[in-house]
Amino acid sequence: MLIDIQEANAKALSAIQAAQPVIKGIDTALAVVPGMNKNLILHAGPPITWEKMSGPLKGAVIGGMIYEGLAASPAEAEKMAAAGKVQFAPWHEHDGVGPMAGVATASMPVWIIENKTNGRRTFCTLNEGLGKVLRYGAFSQEVIDRLKWMEATLGPVLKAALELAPEINMKNLIAQALQMGDEVHNRNKAGTSLLIRELAPAILKTTFPQADKVRVLEFLHSNDHFFLNLSMPAAKAMLQAAEWVEGSTIVTTMARNGTEFGIRVAGLKDRWFTAPAAIVKGLLFPGFEEKDCNPDIGDSAITETCGLGGFSMAAAPAIVKFVGGTVSDAMNFTRKMYEITDGESQSFQIPNMDFRGAPTGINILKVCEKNILPQINTGIAHKDAGVGQVGAGLVNPPMKCFEDALEAYVEKYCQN
Amino acid sequence: MSRLAEFFGQKIKVINLGIPGFAEDLKKQGIENIHTEWRPPAGGNKKIQALLARVDAWQSQVKAAKGAR
Amino acid sequence: MVVCHLVKKQTYFDSVTLMLIGSQVKKLDGIKNAVVGMCTDYNIDSLKRLDMYRPDFDGLTPNDLIICIMGNDKTTAEAGIAEVEKRLNSRKQAGGGNAELPPSTQEEAARRLPGANVVLISVPGEYAAREAELALNQGRHVMLFSDNVSIEEELKLKTLGSSKELLVMGPDCGTAIINGTPLAFSNAVRRGDIGLVAASGTGLQEVTSTIHRLGCGISQAIGVGGRDLSEKIGGRMTIMATRALAEDPATRVIVLISKPPAASVLKPLFAEFKNIKKSVVVYFIGADPKIIEEQGFVAARNLEDAAIQACNLSSGGKHKPEMSDAEIATLAGKHKVPAGNLRSLYSGGTLCDEAQRVLQPILGEVSSNTPVKGCLEMADVYKSTGHCIIDLGDDNFTRGKAHPMIDPDYRSERMHQELSDASVGIICFDVVLGYGSHPDMAGEMVAAIRRGQKSSGKKPILAACICGTTDDPQGYQQQKSQLEEAGVVVFPTNVAMVKFAQHCLERK
Repeated sequence: MLIDIQEANAKALSAIQAAQPVIKGIDTALAVVPGMNKNLILHAGPPITWEKMSGPLKGAVIGGMIYEGLAASPAEAEKMAAAGKVQFAPWHEHDGVGPMAGVATASMPVWIIENKTNGRRTFCTLNEGLGKVLRYGAFSQEVIDRLKWMEATLGPVLKAALELAPEINMKNLIAQALQMGDEVHNRNKAGTSLLIRELAPAILKTTFPQADKVRVLEFLHSNDHFFLNLSMPAAKAMLQAAEWVEGSTIVTTMARNGTEFGIRVAGLKDRWFTAPAAIVKGLLFPGFEEKDCNPDIGDSAITETCGLGGFSMAAAPAIVKFVGGTVSDAMNFTRKMYEITDGESQSFQIPNMDFRGAPTGINILKVCEKNILPQINTGIAHKDAGVGQVGAGLVNPPMKCFEDALEAYVEKYCQN
Repeated sequence: MSRLAEFFGQKIKVINLGIPGFAEDLKKQGIENIHTEWRPPAGGNKKIQALLARVDAWQSQVKAAKGAR
Repeated sequence: MVVCHLVKKQTYFDSVTLMLIGSQVKKLDGIKNAVVGMCTDYNIDSLKRLDMYRPDFDGLTPNDLIICIMGNDKTTAEAGIAEVEKRLNSRKQAGGGNAELPPSTQEEAARRLPGANVVLISVPGEYAAREAELALNQGRHVMLFSDNVSIEEELKLKTLGSSKELLVMGPDCGTAIINGTPLAFSNAVRRGDIGLVAASGTGLQEVTSTIHRLGCGISQAIGVGGRDLSEKIGGRMTIMATRALAEDPATRVIVLISKPPAASVLKPLFAEFKNIKKSVVVYFIGADPKIIEEQGFVAARNLEDAAIQACNLSSGGKHKPEMSDAEIATLAGKHKVPAGNLRSLYSGGTLCDEAQRVLQPILGEVSSNTPVKGCLEMADVYKSTGHCIIDLGDDNFTRGKAHPMIDPDYRSERMHQELSDASVGIICFDVVLGYGSHPDMAGEMVAAIRRGQKSSGKKPILAACICGTTDDPQGYQQQKSQLEEAGVVVFPTNVAMVKFAQHCLERK
């Protein structure tokens, strides 16, 4: 095969650079997510069976089934899941992403992001806030009630507001957030604030009852991570543009389901390369210990795949205590990522690195050769369902994912 | 004059791979140089080195074939 | 004894740094053994041999760093580990602060230093050829300090290099002075019109330093690696380099230093020389000078002589050895010679070679770990019997340890051992100055001598030669005075020292 890897990767990278993700609107998953059905439960990371799911993912599945009305009780939900009465599929195979457990069911409202360059869409649920939430595996009544409110009120109010607001270009918003100290994975304070600024006037212009509008704004205001569920599908939309460029060794997906870490590569269409997920090393909230931590979970590593998150650590000095303590540690994390990426973002710039573009386009050949793993900074889930976040810190994908991908690449392409 | 003889008239600029002291000595002499924190490719993993070598070899073939066209 | 260890996964340091730190920490009180290294097969074997291996080391890779310390008790061993970490960190921070991370590959380094024209490679041998090939393909000259590069790889690199008119100095090339800049183990030598090509590292250091001390200077000193004039390599680099020196307007005299070339190489080499319109001095170590003189070239008798002949041709003057034969004889006469054996502890391989060739015909039975024709192979390189001339830079002493020009540890130990041997009458050693070398070798040797003399009470004659120039970073005069204060007789060249030893031993 006459494929020049450099050219293939340049093509993949330029598709990523050219992407223009905008918020298209909000709708229910059933209405917009391709292949969605009432019985399908989407989850984070690579494919997984019920038996192999970790605590938080199992809990979220139970919560999702109760919310969706597929089961009346946790016991019934477990029985059905074990008996194969519901289907599971990775969000990534349905053009979407989900933070932490990432569970989504048919009735949930989802953000619709559209890449204006190629017209393709990506999806993500709306962020529920912190504490007892579905994405950490909680399924109590309080959780279900919140999800119902999101379906009945939050989704519709925001949907209406988006129709009244000027188009929101996610790439611009992320670029601004980076300049305000976010890396849009573990810190989303600036991004959330910017989003509220964009949406607030339009929310007020909607015809919903005043109480609903107030509650929606209070909800947005109370949750620093509201923006994460937008930065993720925006990153996904950009990377989707590089799928599946023949011969390219650029990584288009890094995702974890709490049991396994999986990656996908532009030139290896639809294939997952998985290995056991690692334990995140980091700063734990008071009262928690390492033995409480669940292995790495969530699709949020899509941000790193796109040059954000841990790759743009240098942009977020406020959270350096998660990554070793000093600003120069954070800058060194970012510097190191330039060694395994093929390009620098034309949109996302890191202010205190002289506005250098974020390291973008992870190349599996470079990862393997240099033996440098992508740096992910991420939240840590409690290993038991429903406890929530116990800390945040650093994690790397297993090297095996990249090694296996390399082997598959050689098998597919190298005929020498 | 041969290219090597021409080079004899130039200032040297050095890339140092390996022992850091060699770069430090050059620095002391005011010679432009860069030290490389060299590490074994693929962390010393022979299987991965072999796979990478195959990709390299294939890419050289591809480049040669393209050049020939 | 307690063994403590610390494994740092995915942490790479070069072996020289680690070995030096290991040997420094081993010197601390209460520490019996220290293995600080990447988990290579060799280091794993060492750990097993020293009874320091633990089952949890299974599965470690050469990309994992291990610090393993055997100490009198747990506190001492742990303190040893902490000390290693401290030293490693101080290295890391040297680049530190907000500085850009150093590049980890040659490609990245090249991107950051546009116009780089030389790549100095001292990575493990199995990876060296790959880096060299990359450098040549990108148009850069290569100095290959690494050893363990196969002759097939060498041939491939030199074929590529000569097709692009790029230097491939090495493998196992320790010395070169290119365009006025000393690389790796080289001395600060004045610039001048003598251009040298050498298949011997210390040989080149000795000749260039002597040229400097005689008041002349060099244009280039090009190391080509010990195998360049073998049949297989065919003198590719030697020929390319001499051709360029022949054209180089800054060069008037050309000097070649090497072991005698393979018969098949000699003819084309001489044919090449005959085209050169400049003076050519040749020293084939251990070969009959006649084969050179018959061809009409100037033949040198030894390294010092090569320098003198080159200086004579360069400045037209009549240069003499820095110390005449008469002076050496007088100096030897001043010393009361205790009957006994000669022990020479060399860090420079070619100097060791040169000593054997001079002394063996006179002393008869001489042993060495690197015996030349007529000398005996030492039965046990770690134990001297009779007259011994030892190259401590040879493989059997440097496996897992740094070269004795950097790490004086084993030579100090050996010095102590020889001083304690009642059969010894004279101990000779070299002190090689210049870039790359230990900052105070004379000081280290003097310390070892003082320790050894205290415990033995016997005082054999001590002689040293200093290979270096007054411009070397160590300070020639300072090194010399330290040795003299300790009662060491100091010589400017190896040959002078060897002649002194000869006089002493002949008189007994």
